[in-house]
Amino acid sequence: MAVVEDTTGKAVNESGAGPMFDAEEERFARAQRIESIAKWVLPIFVISLTIWLWDRVVVWNEIPHYILPGPGLVVQTLIEDRVTLGWSLLVTLQITFMALAVAIIGGVGLAVLFAQSRFAEMSFSPFAVILQVTPIVSIAPLIFIYVESRLVGLLLCAWIVAFFPILANTTLGLKSADHNLRDLMTIYKATRWQRLRYLQLPSALPYFLGGLRIAGGLALIGAVVAEYVAGTGGIGSGLAFRILEAGYRLNIPRMFAALLLIALTGVVIFATTSLISHLALRKWHESAVKRE
Amino acid sequence: MTKHDRSIPPIGQREPVLRLQEVDKTFNGGIVALRRLSLTVNQGDFISLLGPSGCGKSTALRLIAGLMRPSLGRILWEGGQGSDDLGVVFQEPTLMPWATVAQNVYLPFRLRGKSYASVKDQIAESLALVGLEKFANSYPRELSGGMKMRVSIARALVTNPRLILMDEPFAALDEITRQKLNDDLLALKANMGATVIFVTHSVFESVFLSDRILVMAARPGRIVKEIVVDAPYPRGLDWRTSPEYARIARETSDTLTSTLRPEEIH
Repeated sequence: MAVVEDTTGKAVNESGAGPMFDAEEERFARAQRIESIAKWVLPIFVISLTIWLWDRVVVWNEIPHYILPGPGLVVQTLIEDRVTLGWSLLVTLQITFMALAVAIIGGVGLAVLFAQSRFAEMSFSPFAVILQVTPIVSIAPLIFIYVESRLVGLLLCAWIVAFFPILANTTLGLKSADHNLRDLMTIYKATRWQRLRYLQLPSALPYFLGGLRIAGGLALIGAVVAEYVAGTGGIGSGLAFRILEAGYRLNIPRMFAALLLIALTGVVIFATTSLISHLALRKWHESAVKRE
Repeated sequence: MTKHDRSIPPIGQREPVLRLQEVDKTFNGGIVALRRLSLTVNQGDFISLLGPSGCGKSTALRLIAGLMRPSLGRILWEGGQGSDDLGVVFQEPTLMPWATVAQNVYLPFRLRGKSYASVKDQIAESLALVGLEKFANSYPRELSGGMKMRVSIARALVTNPRLILMDEPFAALDEITRQKLNDDLLALKANMGATVIFVTHSVFESVFLSDRILVMAARPGRIVKEIVVDAPYPRGLDWRTSPEYARIARETSDTLTSTLRPEEIH
């Protein structure tokens, strides 16, 4: 049997248009070119302008560096304190990524459990919601009273903040599998495990990745907030501790430098999770495929 | 694919495959979807379940597929139901969007625990049967509606099942694609000797495709008449334009109309 659908139809049309551009097409092409350049140039320009204005405001008003340092001084501090800040960044990163990893394992694990057993969902989902809606700053002091290890305490705080979006999204995703495909699984007598592996998990992937993008940022926030609450005790301190410490010493440039590192870390995490999401979905999911 | 015996004996001399005995289906709330449905499906039959919406034709299909249990009555497979007995095509293509065409067709085997390598040839053959051998590595979203339906048919065929259930598979397609797929379906059937139960609400589709038309009526869902179409296969444009086709279409249409209540006829 032959293929009815003519897949070459479109190509014929395109080449049929020929190399002749009329005025309207040229305008359209120009608009597209401008847009593709503006996408990059505009944000860079606006950020540069803001930094320049910041610098000018400091210089024109002769603001002392212990109130508002200029951008040049912040970068200079970043370079001078690179060892201290670098180590602190590593500590923060360690807590963030460990928390994120545990959040992924815990979130996906619980979601799968919920999808397998309605009783498990009924029993445990209230706890998940309570943990989520209670502000972490109000739980954290208790955690640091009961948990001896500072690292484990920090990890626990960051995990509580990060795991809920993964749990909520993955649960929704596991339940969103196409009904006809579920029927098909029943007809072919798929086992519970096969159903999970071949239908529910792939269906949940876009939802999980959406949750991951939120959780990545939240893990960082959780790590930083927990460190504020944990205070200045202990060794191996992260960026939040450096900010606190610098604040006590009125070392404002260092506060800015640490802040800059935290912001950059957040941006990198968001970009990375977005990239992972795009790579995993670009072949098939509506959110990632390019339309002509 | 191991082929069945391709020659199909005339109606009346075929081996039974499946029996429905006095099957009732009542939904919660007391709606009677089917009442006393009895039906014997024979090897090589192409049966159309034809009726208005609400006549229980899709319910009958879901019962046979084992997606529901009958409230009363029995559904018996001749010689017991094996694991490769059933292939199903839904109204939607029902493909996994994250998997390629070949992986979608592989699904029934994958659920049996067979490795891809061991069934590669069967998958290729099945895709060739529906004319999609060049699209094995495409994703469903890259295909047209008709092509997706072909993949769905290839998946139903790949295990060479004893019975293929089709639930209004072409209802969402345009008329041209639909006719082409009707032609191709008959070619496939001739090729494989498959047994098909085909749910439709189109009189012309049922007369064109099937050798047994079961006209159903609603409230309660039941079979009112069986019309035998004993025109030989393969059927094509000649059959579609023959007086015999017109006569049976007329008869079928009249039967269908007679089952409707006066207020349903406009």
